[in-house]
Amino acid sequence: MLRVERLSMRFGGLLAVDGLSFDVRRGDITALIGPNGAGKTTVFNCITGFYKPTTGRIAMSAEGLADPDAIDALTRSSSRERNGIHLLERMPDHEIARHARVARTFQNIRLFAGMSALENLIVAQHRPLMRASIFSLAGLVGAPSFRAAENAAKQKAGDWLARINLLDRADDPAGALPYGDQRRLEIARAMCADPVLLCLDEPAAGLNPRESADLTALLRMIRDEFGVSLLLIEHDMSVVMEISDHIVVLDYGRKIADGTPAEIRADPSVIAAYLGVPDEEVDAVVQEALS
Amino acid sequence: MAETPVAEHRPASAALAEAARVGLIAGALAFPVLALRAEPDFSNRLVLQPRWSWMLGAAVAGFAGRLLLSLLPPRRPKTAQAAQAKRASRRAAQAFAAFGLGLIFIWPLLVLLALGPGGALKWIDNYGVQILIYVMLGWGLNIVVGLAGLLDLGYVAFYAVGAYSYALLATNYGASFWICLPVAGCLAAFWGVLLGFPVLRLRGDYLAIVTLAFGEIIRIVLINFSALTNGDAGIASIPRATFFGLPFVPGPKGFDAFFGLPFSPIHRVVFLYYLILALALVTNLATLRLRRLPIGRAWEALREDEIACRSLGIDTTKTKLTAFALGAMFGGFAGAFFAARQGFVSPSSFNFTESATILAIVVLGGRGSQIGVAAAAIAIVGGSELLRELDFLKHVFGEDFDPTQYRMLLVGLAMVMMMNWRPRGFVSTREPSIFLGARKQIGGDFVKEGRG
Amino acid sequence: MEVFLQQLINGLTLGSIYGLIAIGYTMVFGIIGMVNFAHGDVFMLSAFIALILFLALQQFFGVQSLALSFVIVLFLSMALTGLWNYAIERMAYRRLRGSFRLAPLISAIGMSIFLSNFVYVAQGPRNKAAPPMFTEVVKLTSGGAYNVTLSYKQILIVVVTAVLLAVFWFVVQKTPLGRAQRACEQDAKMAALLGIDVNRTVAATFVIGAALAAVAGVLYVLYYGVVNAADGFVPGVKAFTAAVLGGIGSIPGAVVGGLLIGLIETFWSAYFSADYKDVAAFSILAITLIFMPSGLLGRPDVEKV
Repeated sequence: MLRVERLSMRFGGLLAVDGLSFDVRRGDITALIGPNGAGKTTVFNCITGFYKPTTGRIAMSAEGLADPDAIDALTRSSSRERNGIHLLERMPDHEIARHARVARTFQNIRLFAGMSALENLIVAQHRPLMRASIFSLAGLVGAPSFRAAENAAKQKAGDWLARINLLDRADDPAGALPYGDQRRLEIARAMCADPVLLCLDEPAAGLNPRESADLTALLRMIRDEFGVSLLLIEHDMSVVMEISDHIVVLDYGRKIADGTPAEIRADPSVIAAYLGVPDEEVDAVVQEALS
Repeated sequence: MAETPVAEHRPASAALAEAARVGLIAGALAFPVLALRAEPDFSNRLVLQPRWSWMLGAAVAGFAGRLLLSLLPPRRPKTAQAAQAKRASRRAAQAFAAFGLGLIFIWPLLVLLALGPGGALKWIDNYGVQILIYVMLGWGLNIVVGLAGLLDLGYVAFYAVGAYSYALLATNYGASFWICLPVAGCLAAFWGVLLGFPVLRLRGDYLAIVTLAFGEIIRIVLINFSALTNGDAGIASIPRATFFGLPFVPGPKGFDAFFGLPFSPIHRVVFLYYLILALALVTNLATLRLRRLPIGRAWEALREDEIACRSLGIDTTKTKLTAFALGAMFGGFAGAFFAARQGFVSPSSFNFTESATILAIVVLGGRGSQIGVAAAAIAIVGGSELLRELDFLKHVFGEDFDPTQYRMLLVGLAMVMMMNWRPRGFVSTREPSIFLGARKQIGGDFVKEGRG
Repeated sequence: MEVFLQQLINGLTLGSIYGLIAIGYTMVFGIIGMVNFAHGDVFMLSAFIALILFLALQQFFGVQSLALSFVIVLFLSMALTGLWNYAIERMAYRRLRGSFRLAPLISAIGMSIFLSNFVYVAQGPRNKAAPPMFTEVVKLTSGGAYNVTLSYKQILIVVVTAVLLAVFWFVVQKTPLGRAQRACEQDAKMAALLGIDVNRTVAATFVIGAALAAVAGVLYVLYYGVVNAADGFVPGVKAFTAAVLGGIGSIPGAVVGGLLIGLIETFWSAYFSADYKDVAAFSILAITLIFMPSGLLGRPDVEKV
C-alpha cells in the first residue's frame, strides 16, 4: 500500500538516504532496521511529510498499489491524489495524516504533556469533531448533533484507554504517566486519528521485557482487529523478529537487505553492518543468526 | 546570596556585611543620575546641582532592603503540607471568584450608596470601567498567549484598530455604537488574519518581535496618515455610546428625560460600567466555550506540541490564525468601547506600554486561567490607579513633591517583584476540557507555554 | 551621488550605535535565551550617565581637554552602566532563570518601565542638551551643489566602535571568560557540572553587554547632543530588530544587523519619507524573517522531529 521509490534526502553535504526503494504491503507489519544513523528516522520523516525528500517518489493508497501505471500517470500530472492514490512527497504533513491516513509516533515521545490522557485522544479526533461542530459554530451554540459526535469521540477514546490499560488514569496529565504508559498512549493517540498505515518510531525503546511483550500484543491487535498496516523502526531485535512479516535493513542510507525475518537472519551483509556497532544490538543479531 | 537555603542560620554579621555591600552598590548606582541633576541655567547651558542626600537615601534604602530580605524566612521546599496548602488556595480561589463576581455586579450600586453620585463617579469610572476594559483585553489576549501559546507583543494594534474603526465610522458616517461594535471587531479580526498569515510560521521570539513591530507600524501610521486619522492630535468629539438610541445628554431627548430622572453624568458611567461588564463576560463565556470545542483543544495541543499536532492532521497555520483572529476581534470590541467611552482617541493611547500591560496581566494571571487574568487585571490596573491617590504624601515630603511622577516607577518595580514572587502567575494549574471520571486539576509543572 | 555618499556615512554612524546595543541583546539571548527588554533603557541610562559625568568633569574638576574627558567619560560610563546591569540581573532576572520564558520577559518589561521612570524622576522630563563637542568637519567633496562632509564625531564613532568591537571579539574568542560563555550558551547545566560558575558567567555577560551599550550611550550623546528619559525605547527596539535581523545569538550578526538598520533608516529618510523610516526598518525585518526565518547570520532553528 506504500511504495517508496529511489528516495534520497540530502542535508547539506550529508546524503542521509540514498536511492532507497521498498514496499509496505497491506496488512503487514514491516520493520525498518539498521545501525544508528542509518537514516531510518529520516525515511519516516519523508513519509510523514516532516521533511521534503530531495528526490524520489512515495506513493500511498489505502486500497493497495496494484497498478504501477496509475502511479506513473499521477506522477506526470501535477496533482497530489487520484483514484485514492496519494503522492506523499507532494503533500504537507497535516494533509498526509488527514487524507492519506498515515499516522505516526515519535522517537522522543511527543504527547501533549499538560493535557489529560483523555484529551490527548480527543485531540487526535480533531477532524471528525471539527466537521461535526461545523468549524465550531454548531459547537458554540451547543447543537445536539455536536454533542452526539463528542460523546462518540469520548467513547472511542475510552475504548482505547481500556485497551492500553489506562482507563483509571484517563484524567491525569499525560506527562505524569510512567514511560511505558506514555509510549502506549502515544500509539493509542495515533490510532484515534483513524489511520490505515501506522508508523512507529522505536516503540519498544526504553521498555522492560514485560512491557515489550505487552507492546507486541498491542501491535498485533492493531493489525488484526483494525486491519491497520504497520511500519516500524526498532532496535529491539526480539520484538522485530517476533512480529514482523517483512524487514527492510538500512545502512548508511542504502538498503542492504529486504525480506522475511528468516531471510534477514541468514543474510551475511546484515550481520556485517551490525558488527560495526559495539553494543548489545550486535550480540542480539549474532545470537539470532546463530540460533 | 538570596537563594542560600540556610539564610536564617547565618550569623547576623554576615547579613550585615551583605546588606552593607548592597547599600554600597545602591549608592554607587545612584551616584551620577540621582545625585547630580542637570538643569539648564539662564544661558541654557546645563549645570549640575548636587543632591548628595538622595544618593545617601538610595544607599540606606539598599542597605535596609537587603537586611529586611535576610530577616525573611527562607522559601520552604515543596512538601505534603505545601500540596495541602495548594488545595486550600484553590478553594480560596473559587470562593474569591464567586465573591468577586458578586462584588463586580453590585460595585456601582455599592459605591453610589456609600459616596453619593458626586463622589462615586471617579470610583465607578477609574476603578470599574477602566479595570474591566483591561479584564476584557486580558481575556482576549489570553486566547492567543494562554491557550495557543503564541507570544503577541503587539496586541494593542487590534485595540487601536477597533477604537479608530468606531471613531471614524461614528464621526464620518454617524453610525451608531451598536452597528460599529461588530464592524470594529470584524475589522480587527481581519487585520489579525492579515498580519497572522505571513508571520505565524515564525516561532518564539521572532514572532514576538514581528508582532511588536506590527504594533509600532500601526501606531506610526496612525500618527502620520493625518488625512484619515488627524495625526497626533487624534479624533475628538466622537459620539458617545447611547442607551439603545437614547443619548446621555441633558434635555428632553436624553436618557434621563425619557425615564423621568433628573440629569446626572453618573447614569452614563453606570451604563458604561454594565456595558463593558457584559462585553467582558461575553469574551469570557466564548473563551470557556471554545476551550471545550475541537478548535480550543487544538489551540492547547498546539501550545503543548506543534509537531505532534501536525502528525494528527491538524492544520497548525489555520489553527493559529483562528486564535489570532479571535483574540484580535475581542481586542477590537474593547477598542470600540474605549473610543465610545472616551469620546477621543489618539495614537498615544496605543503605545507599547499598553501591550506590555496587557501581556503582564495575562502572565501574572497564570496564562490560561480566566479567574487569574481577572485578578491580575484588578491588581495591576487597580493598583496603578490607586497610586494616583498618593497626594497625602505631600504632607510628608513637602509641597513640591509630586507623587504621580512616581506612579509608573512603582508600577515597573511591582511588575519585577510580582514576577519574582510568582513566576507562574496566580493560577498555574489547568483544568482539562473533558473528563471521564472525576474533575482533576493538572499541575502547572506539566503545562507547557508554547514556542510560538 | 553626493547625497548617496553622505547618507552612507550617516547610516554607518547610526548603524554603529545600533550594532553596539544589539550585541547586548544578542549575547544575553544567546546565553540565557531571554529577551532583555530593559536593554534599551540601560542604553538611555548610560547616555545620561555620560552626559552628567562630562558636565561634572567640566564643572567640578575643570577638565578642559575634550580628548581627556572623552576617555574618562567613556570608561567611567562603561563601568557604572556595567554595575547597573549587574544589579538588574541580580535583582530582576537571576531567580527567574530556567523558569517559564514569559516570566523573565515581563520582569524585563517591568525593569524597562522602572528605568525610564527612574531617570524621568531623577532628571526631569525635559530634553537635556549637551554642549557641542568635536564640531569640526572634513569636506570630502567640494565644488558641487552639495558638499559631502565627514564630521570628527563620525570618525570618532566609527573608530571607537571598531576598536572596542575588536577588543570585545578578543574577549569572547580567546579568554577563559569567553569560553565559559560559549559553554553556557551550549548547555548551562553541563557547563555547571564541569565546574563553570554559571552565575558569574551570566553576570559577566550582562556587564559586558551593558558596557557596550554604554559606549553607544556616550557616542549617542556626542552625536545627537540631546537625551531624554523616553529615548530608550525606540533605539532599544531598533537594536533588538537589528539583533533579530542579523540572527539572534550571533555577535557578527548583531553588528551587521545594526549597520543594516542604520543604513535602511537613513536612506529611507533621505529618499522617501522621514515619517515612515521606522515603518521601513520594521517592514524589512518582517520580510527578512518570513523568507529567512533565522535571520541573516543566525543558526537555523531546526526542530528535530
